[in-house]
Amino acid sequence: MLYDVSISGKSYKLELTHGNGRWSCRLDGRDLEVDAVLARPDVLSLRVGNRAYEVKSERVANDLHLWVGRVRFAVEVRDPRSLRGRSHAGDDHGPRKIVATMPGKVVRLLVREGDEVEAGAGIAVVEAMKMQNEIKSPKKGTVQKILAAEAATVNAGDVLAIVE
Amino acid sequence: MFKKILIANRGEIAVRVLRACHEMGIAAVVVYSDVDRAALHVRKADEAYPIGAAAATESYLNIGKILDVAARSGAEAIHPGYGFLSENAKFAQACADAGVKFIGPTPAAMEAMGSKTRARQAMEKAGVPFVPGTSRGVQSFEQAEQVAAKIGYPVMLKAAAGGGGKGMRLVHESGQLKSALEAARSEAERSFGDSEVYIEKAIVNPRHIEMQVLADEHGNTVYLGERECSLQRRHQKVLEEAPSPIVDPDMRRRMGEVAVRVAQSANYTNAGTVEFLVDSDKNFYFLEMNTRLQVEHPVTELITGLDLVHLQIRIAAGEKLPFRQEDVQLRGHAIECRIYAEDPDNNYFPSPGRITLLLAPSGPGIRRDSGMYEGWNVPIDYDPLLAKLIGYGTDRNQAIARLTRALGEYFVGGIKTNISLFRRILRDTDFCAAKLDTGFLDRMLKRPEDTPQDSTSAEVAAVAAGIFAMLGSVSGTANRTSDGGSQAVDKPVSKWRSASRSEVLR
Repeated sequence: MLYDVSISGKSYKLELTHGNGRWSCRLDGRDLEVDAVLARPDVLSLRVGNRAYEVKSERVANDLHLWVGRVRFAVEVRDPRSLRGRSHAGDDHGPRKIVATMPGKVVRLLVREGDEVEAGAGIAVVEAMKMQNEIKSPKKGTVQKILAAEAATVNAGDVLAIVE
Repeated sequence: MFKKILIANRGEIAVRVLRACHEMGIAAVVVYSDVDRAALHVRKADEAYPIGAAAATESYLNIGKILDVAARSGAEAIHPGYGFLSENAKFAQACADAGVKFIGPTPAAMEAMGSKTRARQAMEKAGVPFVPGTSRGVQSFEQAEQVAAKIGYPVMLKAAAGGGGKGMRLVHESGQLKSALEAARSEAERSFGDSEVYIEKAIVNPRHIEMQVLADEHGNTVYLGERECSLQRRHQKVLEEAPSPIVDPDMRRRMGEVAVRVAQSANYTNAGTVEFLVDSDKNFYFLEMNTRLQVEHPVTELITGLDLVHLQIRIAAGEKLPFRQEDVQLRGHAIECRIYAEDPDNNYFPSPGRITLLLAPSGPGIRRDSGMYEGWNVPIDYDPLLAKLIGYGTDRNQAIARLTRALGEYFVGGIKTNISLFRRILRDTDFCAAKLDTGFLDRMLKRPEDTPQDSTSAEVAAVAAGIFAMLGSVSGTANRTSDGGSQAVDKPVSKWRSASRSEVLR
């Protein structure tokens, strides 16, 4: 398999094959001696040469992170054959979803559909464990749709509004 | 001894008390709100009763419902834990009226300690040291000037009816006093309808040190050593240790004897904690008494070898303290980290949600008091305290080393926790040198964190990412998005692909 892997913004080309309990691995054109055991779901015991690592995988909403020791990396993995490429991160064009970053209760909506908002403007206030957090718009635009209702409970990743 | 105890709490402390009950052969009855059916304390209980909606006023703070469960279950005593009803004298009285033993002090002792002015009057009689100042409001600017000159600058002006920082002014020198007094008075008037303002010596960046006391119902009161609780964020304790690095045996004896006098002046029984502010010259001043078991009680347990919850239950059952003051020996050093569900990268905002992966540390010198488990959904309705990780060692350095090692093993996935904050604290030079005060954490957090960038780890992550993808092993248990089905339904193998697909669609 050939993958484009992005680790905290840096891209790697990774080539992996797996058979008879053995891995062969090429990272950015370099051969690496790799041996992996899935200790349990989301926990990989990895040897690179004779160096041993425990790697944990964590997904919250659509964000994927891997932990190598104490260091956390934001991860994206693409199989270049199955996808045509993607939009650039931080793209300001097109509609953007305003999502709840964590579970909580919508205590206040700060905008209405049709409102013009600046980048950084508050969209909604979400409360959890007696603390309030303002969810802000990542871009300047028009509030196209509001999907959250006041007093509603939301999960991490739920879309609160769409800004066009 | 009791045969059955009701635990009127939730989270790690409910589990802590439940374990003590089981160790003593006592059946444990728990209560739970609608969002806590799957909580750990319910899983481990002998009997469990639903008591209503998530809002604490409908459940964990509802005296009628809890006493109803006590009657239905036949529980002979109630342990209130900390928080919720633990310092509510009305609840303690209602328990007594219902013929159920409240495991804690009497309502009268709680009331005596609950009122600031009454507590201070009782304490003054007992010869307890207070922060120097006026116990009543100042009448005039001239009087304020005299008092301030006598106790020495800096001074703090405080609204008599105050709280929450309103009507408070720090005054560094006499030239600022007049305008500060006027401002404090008008703010106090606006906020509390009462312009009375009193003066105290300002203790700049004090240490917060507290003394554990234990009193039986036969007139015996002992102190069990101090806890250093200076590491706080927004007045919330984050890390505690025992003994305090600055308290020597003589100071411990003096503080302990004051704490015992405080307890005795209120006819205090059961476990309690006397809090002190300590200035840079090691002068200590009475702050308040907490009439409950403290969150940080395990550090005292580790260095005394005592089980405070066992002792609370035995005292409530009418037993005498099984040891005397001179039998209490401190041994070793213990440090506790409060693991909160909060996001260090987002200004410590609470982070409830589903725990997708939990790897818990163990090994020499490690104690973990936890209310969470893998697969549990941390509700949005309560305090974000998930667990306490406590390290014990022969001395402070070994305790730090063990705790640092254990924090490296601790992993909570799916939600954010403050585990990384403790790694930062434990390697901080000032912390390791025990240079602590209540301003420590704010100062540390203002400094940029030196995050070592390690290109090898990034490459390892890249390789692991590919292997995870090929094995298709990424759990699909994280919080789902629910944006009207615009994203593909996730199958385990397509996780990575759907993640990248949502990237494309965005």
